[in-house]
Amino acid sequence: MLTNLLAWIDERFPLTKVWNEHLAEYYTPKNFNFWYFFGSLAMLVLVIQILSGLFLAMHYKPDTGLAFASVEYIMRDVEWGWLIRYMHSTGSSAFFIVVYLHMFRGLLYGSYRGPRELIWLIGMVIFVALMATAFLGYLLPWGNMSYWGAQVIISLFDAIPFVGPSLAEWLRGDFVVSDATLNRFFALHFFIPVIILPALVFVHIVALHKVGSSNPDGIEIKKKKGPDGKPLDGIPFHPYFTVKDIAGVAVFLMFFSAVLFFAPELGGWFLEPDNFVPANILQTPTEIVPLWYFTPFYSILRAVTTDMMRFGLLPFMAVVGGLAIYSVRDMMMRAVVAGATAAILLGLFMMEAKIWGVIMMGLSIVLFFLLPWLDRSPVKSIRYRGWMYKTALTLFSVSFVILGYLGTKSPEAISLFLMKNVYWVQIFTIVYFAFFLFMPWYTTLDKTKPVPERVTP
Amino acid sequence: MKKLLILLSLAAMPVAGFAAGGEHAKLDAVKIDLSDKTSLQRGARIFVNYCLSCHSAAYMRYNRMGKDLGISEELVKDNLLFAADKVGDLMKAVMPAEEAKAAFSTVPPDLSVIARARKPAWLYTYMRSFYRDDKAPSGWNNTVFPHVAMPHVLYEWQGHQRAIFKQDGAFERFELVRPGSMSTEDYDKAMRDLINFLVYLGEPAKLERYQLGVWVLLFLAVFFVFAYLLKKEYWKDVH
Repeated sequence: MLTNLLAWIDERFPLTKVWNEHLAEYYTPKNFNFWYFFGSLAMLVLVIQILSGLFLAMHYKPDTGLAFASVEYIMRDVEWGWLIRYMHSTGSSAFFIVVYLHMFRGLLYGSYRGPRELIWLIGMVIFVALMATAFLGYLLPWGNMSYWGAQVIISLFDAIPFVGPSLAEWLRGDFVVSDATLNRFFALHFFIPVIILPALVFVHIVALHKVGSSNPDGIEIKKKKGPDGKPLDGIPFHPYFTVKDIAGVAVFLMFFSAVLFFAPELGGWFLEPDNFVPANILQTPTEIVPLWYFTPFYSILRAVTTDMMRFGLLPFMAVVGGLAIYSVRDMMMRAVVAGATAAILLGLFMMEAKIWGVIMMGLSIVLFFLLPWLDRSPVKSIRYRGWMYKTALTLFSVSFVILGYLGTKSPEAISLFLMKNVYWVQIFTIVYFAFFLFMPWYTTLDKTKPVPERVTP
Repeated sequence: MKKLLILLSLAAMPVAGFAAGGEHAKLDAVKIDLSDKTSLQRGARIFVNYCLSCHSAAYMRYNRMGKDLGISEELVKDNLLFAADKVGDLMKAVMPAEEAKAAFSTVPPDLSVIARARKPAWLYTYMRSFYRDDKAPSGWNNTVFPHVAMPHVLYEWQGHQRAIFKQDGAFERFELVRPGSMSTEDYDKAMRDLINFLVYLGEPAKLERYQLGVWVLLFLAVFFVFAYLLKKEYWKDVH
């Protein structure tokens, strides 16, 4: 009976074919380790966010006079409303934790390298869409930090020459963040994660299944096939990785629930005290800071001062430009690189620090897109790379964490030691960019180890 | 066990230094215990009798408070319903906002989530740090919230305090110049009950959240064991 039904469907829809191609006969490297849990976990969190968000939207009111109260209404009067709200607020931070670890896996094992450049690019688009979603959603509770955070970030567009101010006004729908802004943010906060994100995730996975998964050794399992035509080091995704990922989901949900039930504010890191004060146009919070997942980039924005441009960025860009001019052999290309370097250096002289802050913040994300082409190493995985890449990745990770931490603090305070936060932030901003901009050279010079033929356990 | 968990999670909360105003004042710790129903009931009485005259808790309903604190609807109706007609009403201030604005030149903030915007220790210290100041419009000032518009509403209980400042202008200590109807210990206890209630008011579902969380984590632990065993069973033949 069921077989007949399946045959009936298969004649009309490739159900068995899809099942086999993407699950039962999708051959996956058997040496996946800890770092390979985070892709499936990111999908899980997306589902959690969409479902909890759907139920929140049934009770939330996108109106400056009602928004804050409607969130408290959800927390108090809606059955299980507090649980749904905390699932969503904890989920947003969990989403970034999982996605950052997923991206870090890419840096560890060179997952972005050919032939997987497109998977990486689509993934980066997902990351940008995720950031947009989080930013939009953060305004909705209409707390004071919601309000001032949106105010600060949208006013960044003012820095764009000529069109900036009118663009910022167009985005807000008003001269300040207002009811019009809240309403459109609500609409977009529904549209992007519910329509755009799942579509992008779908494309991300289609691209992945076209070339096959990479692995901690960074070798292609498709190159070594048995007589049956199946990769020797591959095992079907289903049931092997479905059961493995279920165990991973259990562990993840334990961490998730521990935060959700016992510390949903996580000491101000997941829900800020200032956001329990309704939005107030007349009263700015002591320190306007975004939530932790944006603070590395926010730090870079705040790092760029006039002094930083003169004594930090200018020499740094001169060295990068000089190296690039020296390394390019083709005379035409050399002229182009020299022109670009001159334009950047001139820009650092001519344009204000505020504009460069925005440019550097944008660049700190754009550079991730270029990783597949910046990395010139003959090997993919960190297991076979030399000390240079290992050092660079360590420094980059440290700078990301410190920029993130100091992004929550006042630039004038001393939160680490010796110096004001702003100086540490400026140093680590240079380290952050050095990781990307010097990558073509240190990955070329780095002494690599021979890569094995088959995967190692 | 339950108490231990609540205390543990409370201890874990001030992980980060997110101060919200009055950064320079030294704050006194306050013991928050949401399972102490009698403390919450005493706090609720103070809150409804005094705070609610000017402040609202407009996201909270009387009957919800009664249900959570073990006060019957009749008792709520007879003893706590000064500013509303129905037990299902929201807890709005007795004084209309315009009148408050005229009296204090600012509308007293809603207190529903005040314990989430400010730390309990801040609120506890604030309520005990009013002192006489002839230069202030209300005649009262506060070391935790300098130049606050709010006068010392509970001075009859605490009495009059005088603030003693050091040579450099830093606050040193208080001196009780005129005792109130309560001893310092009793006043501190009353304020602890009030702050305990404010923490409850900030998130009525908090206790329920802790209790449910224990079961969820227990379930997940058991679920993990079976998920792990299933994985091991399937992966036996992978070498």
